Amino acid sequence: MEEMNEVIRKYVVREYVEDDTEVGYDTPLISGGIVDSFSMVSLKRFLENKYDISIPDDKATPEAFDSVNKICSLVNEYLK
Amino acid sequence: MAYTDKTRGMYSEILSGLKDAGLFKVERYIHSAQAADIEVEFPEGSSVRKVINICANNYLGLSSHPEVVKAAHEGLDSRGYGMSSVRFICGTQDIHKQLESMVTKFLGTEDTILFPSCMDANGGVFEAVLTKDDVMISDRLVHASIIDGIRLCSAMHDTFKHSDMEHLEEKLQLHNDKRLKIVITDGVFSMDGDMAKLDEMVALCEKYDALLFVDDSHATGFIGKTGRGTHEKCGVMGKIDIITTTFGKGLGGASGGCVSGRKELVEMCRQKARPYLFSNTIAPPVVAGVIKVLELLSATTERRDKLERNTEFWRNGLKDAGFIIKEGDTPIVPVMLFNAKLSQDVSRDLYEEGIYAIGFFFPVVPQGQARIRTQISAGHETHHLEKALDAFRKVGKKYEILGKNKQEIIERYGL
Repeated sequence: MEEMNEVIRKYVVREYVEDDTEVGYDTPLISGGIVDSFSMVSLKRFLENKYDISIPDDKATPEAFDSVNKICSLVNEYLK
Repeated sequence: MAYTDKTRGMYSEILSGLKDAGLFKVERYIHSAQAADIEVEFPEGSSVRKVINICANNYLGLSSHPEVVKAAHEGLDSRGYGMSSVRFICGTQDIHKQLESMVTKFLGTEDTILFPSCMDANGGVFEAVLTKDDVMISDRLVHASIIDGIRLCSAMHDTFKHSDMEHLEEKLQLHNDKRLKIVITDGVFSMDGDMAKLDEMVALCEKYDALLFVDDSHATGFIGKTGRGTHEKCGVMGKIDIITTTFGKGLGGASGGCVSGRKELVEMCRQKARPYLFSNTIAPPVVAGVIKVLELLSATTERRDKLERNTEFWRNGLKDAGFIIKEGDTPIVPVMLFNAKLSQDVSRDLYEEGIYAIGFFFPVVPQGQARIRTQISAGHETHHLEKALDAFRKVGKKYEILGKNKQEIIERYGL
């Protein structure tokens, strides 16, 4: 099964990247302007549906969503 | 807090930063009425020049139409200058209700409410009709006023890629559990001049039980066979739940806007929309002017037909000359130059040739997509457009961009 970081990276690229910008696991997503804070909602809903978790709104901050690796850490917190 | 030297210095620094980044906006003073031929002072203090205006939203050439001006004068004489009240205290006249009825009939909707501007309509409508249990799904290129309205609303917000119906459908599926879903789009997008696929959007909204919102500010009065707007052009009259539009562009160009659509949603705006509740509505002379505009447009399609012919002439002329334009059939015709400095240089040289057109670059448009946005009007005669094309050809030749493709222009001027 595909690793979580690759699943999320692929989702981010498909959902938000409209040119040839490369996205790695540590690429800044929000501070780097790839994901705008408006669009975080679909990312949050994707993660909740995909991993059957519920991320509280106050934890879904721009800082927590700022790279694929940070998002993985957040998801792992709620998988436990 | 006193306005100290430190505070003044802080703002001076911010403003200097804007100048250094080439983002500082300056106004050009027009010494005549708005029309195809105008008299402009630019830069400030220089002598006034006669130029042809190809950057106004004066699509139907009605901004200074004698019958509209006369009607506004009569409105001023009969209903006065201002209302000195918001609508629900003592700021509603018979002509405000008359205009609301006329707009409803013109757009083919159920009801209409006036706002001081379409910026206010978009700023107030979402919070008035939605709650935190709902979701707004907007095209990623909607107008800034819609984005502000969305920010003021407690409903969840998501976006879909510009005009990407497959992506929109994914989002409608993702948010299918919400109480209400509303899809939000411009009818005609102001920077690229392309049109929303309203027929496909209506089908998706019906399939997923969603509402559809369209800002038709760059369409009302001239898009569609009788100028009703994008919904007429796409064959979905009566199927748009909320239309917002402006009287500040094609419909006389003065000011004011509205929300038009399902009667309960319009009534919610009347009860709850803050720009309606806490601001005076459109001034009486302007209301009288817009009433005349709608009378003119309901009597004949002559002006929108002329605009269509002018647009075709202009688009073909630019293409034949060897410019790259954004394809489409609206009177917003962007001439693509890609490089920001080139867009400013071309704009300046066009002005020297007597043509007033503005260069747009990042952040108004995406990085590497700098352009001259031209806007055609029914107020243009063939000689205006021919003179403008001559100027474009001359300037295009100077910069050696005629017949060049995107890659060649970028190689020469950079992004």
